[in-house]
Amino acid sequence: MALLELNQLEKRFGGLLAVSDVSFSVNEGAIKAVIGPNGAGKTTMFNLIAGSLPATSGSVYFDDAELIGQKPFQIAGLGVARTYQSIKMFHGMTALENVMVGRHIQSRAGFLSSMFKLGWTRKEEKKIKERAMELLDLLDISDYADVEATSLSFGQQRAVELARALAMEPKLLLLDEPAAGLNIYETAEVGRLITKIRDLGITVLLVEHDMSLVMDISDEIVVLSFGQMIAEDIPTAIQKDPEVIKIYLGE
Amino acid sequence: MKNYLSLLLLLLVVIFVQLLTSWTDTLYYLTQLTMSAYYSLLIIGLCVVMGYAGQISIGHAGFFAIGGYLSAALTTRNLVAHQDMVLVKLMDSAGLLLKGQDIYGETLVVVTPWAACVFAILTAALIAFILGIPVLKLKGHYLAMATLGFGIIIYRVVLASEYFGEADGISEVPGFTLLPGLTISGDFGSRIPNYYISWGLLIIGLVLLRNLIDSRVGRALRAIHGAEDAADSMGVDTARYKLYTFVLSAVFAAIAGVCLTHYNGGIGPSEAGVMKSVRYVAIVAVGGMAHLWGALTMGIVLNFLSLRGIFGSYDDAVFGAILILIMLFAPNGILSLNVRELWKRMTAKEKTALEGEG
Repeated sequence: MALLELNQLEKRFGGLLAVSDVSFSVNEGAIKAVIGPNGAGKTTMFNLIAGSLPATSGSVYFDDAELIGQKPFQIAGLGVARTYQSIKMFHGMTALENVMVGRHIQSRAGFLSSMFKLGWTRKEEKKIKERAMELLDLLDISDYADVEATSLSFGQQRAVELARALAMEPKLLLLDEPAAGLNIYETAEVGRLITKIRDLGITVLLVEHDMSLVMDISDEIVVLSFGQMIAEDIPTAIQKDPEVIKIYLGE
Repeated sequence: MKNYLSLLLLLLVVIFVQLLTSWTDTLYYLTQLTMSAYYSLLIIGLCVVMGYAGQISIGHAGFFAIGGYLSAALTTRNLVAHQDMVLVKLMDSAGLLLKGQDIYGETLVVVTPWAACVFAILTAALIAFILGIPVLKLKGHYLAMATLGFGIIIYRVVLASEYFGEADGISEVPGFTLLPGLTISGDFGSRIPNYYISWGLLIIGLVLLRNLIDSRVGRALRAIHGAEDAADSMGVDTARYKLYTFVLSAVFAAIAGVCLTHYNGGIGPSEAGVMKSVRYVAIVAVGGMAHLWGALTMGIVLNFLSLRGIFGSYDDAVFGAILILIMLFAPNGILSLNVRELWKRMTAKEKTALEGEG
């Protein structure tokens, strides 16, 4: 069953068609990758799904709900989590606190109940902290829980960002170039991690440059070029697709 | 546990200072300390907006003035001439009016301080809400300009309207009896209880805000400050959180305005002035922005010095200078200032400048 469905999605920036007539679907429990050269419109497409950019036309269905027109926080509330290509840590907060923010939609203390520290908010707060620690453990960074997130290494920040997204307990995880800036060992590690996340029952849609990673872990691949979808298939077929070879290697 | 320890320490200091003034026969200091406590109540509220949610407001004197002026006007302006109005009748039957005689023996009908206080605070909250919806969409300088504009409007309104006493402001504001036996007023005999009322309110305010910051909401606010779009994609309704924080701080400012006005027995247009707002921003900055204790300490110290007249006629100039110096040399607040490091930096600069000349 399709968890996410894009229908003729389009985004125009002035005269530039950044995303043009893109339609595909992501099945529940799958890992799907979107690849393509720089400027192919991959990140733009992500921003359309997550609500960070308004679409020019088309629709995105997630779990039978239309995402287009909803604000990012509403889409997050439906169960869509995302990471960024350029990591966005919350400045001035520790790694643990960063992940605790990820529990926002799973908890409910408001202004008044927090100010008066009602009994149930203490219990909730304790649970938030425990869950966040578990996730830091899962990603092997619990040693850095109390370190300010922005002072961690690039790879560690990636892990914190991932833990933060997982803390939301999403149904769908959008990963924007999770291997960007990582060496081959770290990339392989990220690959194992993504498979692990899928095994937790979370559907994954990722945008990626690194071919080895994508070919290893994806169930299906979509290829974008200049905003248009030129192929959609299983990895082995994509590798042999003449169109794809042409845009990646030239004629 | 550590949190409660620092609060306990503060409480002890407050009591000790009061005892000290009693022993040394310097009770007059309590007047400025009481006033400083009320100003600091506004300042810690503003600290949450600026330091934690990362939004600036150069209009908080406006909310202070809304609180102060409304409660002053309602508790002093005679409603005798309007007694036939439906609203006045309704308030009368609800027991919100106080009847008495003025100094000339004429009948005086005014609103009770409690009703006036509630009305003033709700009005400030409502105005903050209505103002905040469009204005908090702005960022950085634009937000600063918009809130500055709001502050100027309030200032000009109180200065121009007869109801609010124009340039004279409102005087002879009666005391505000919070509980039987506990009255906010400037009577000479009640300096000590008033000192404790103001500090009690300040400490309650501090506890509430600290609880807020240490909670899910506080984390969300800091996340907005840290990376707004990422907070948004974590499910934080950023617009709503910013708005509620703004309203909350306006309520703190209005409470401060109400209490200080009853304590001083009056309020004048300078309380609504733009320089007051700048002063509050400066104090939050000196305290280290995201630092409630810093804001509180600096709020007390600087207001106390200012009220004691240490800065003389250069009062506003001093606060302007403080703002510039803090931005240049200690953007993280005066408590974070490392004098040795600063000295090194300054001498190093001089050296490179000299080398450049040579």
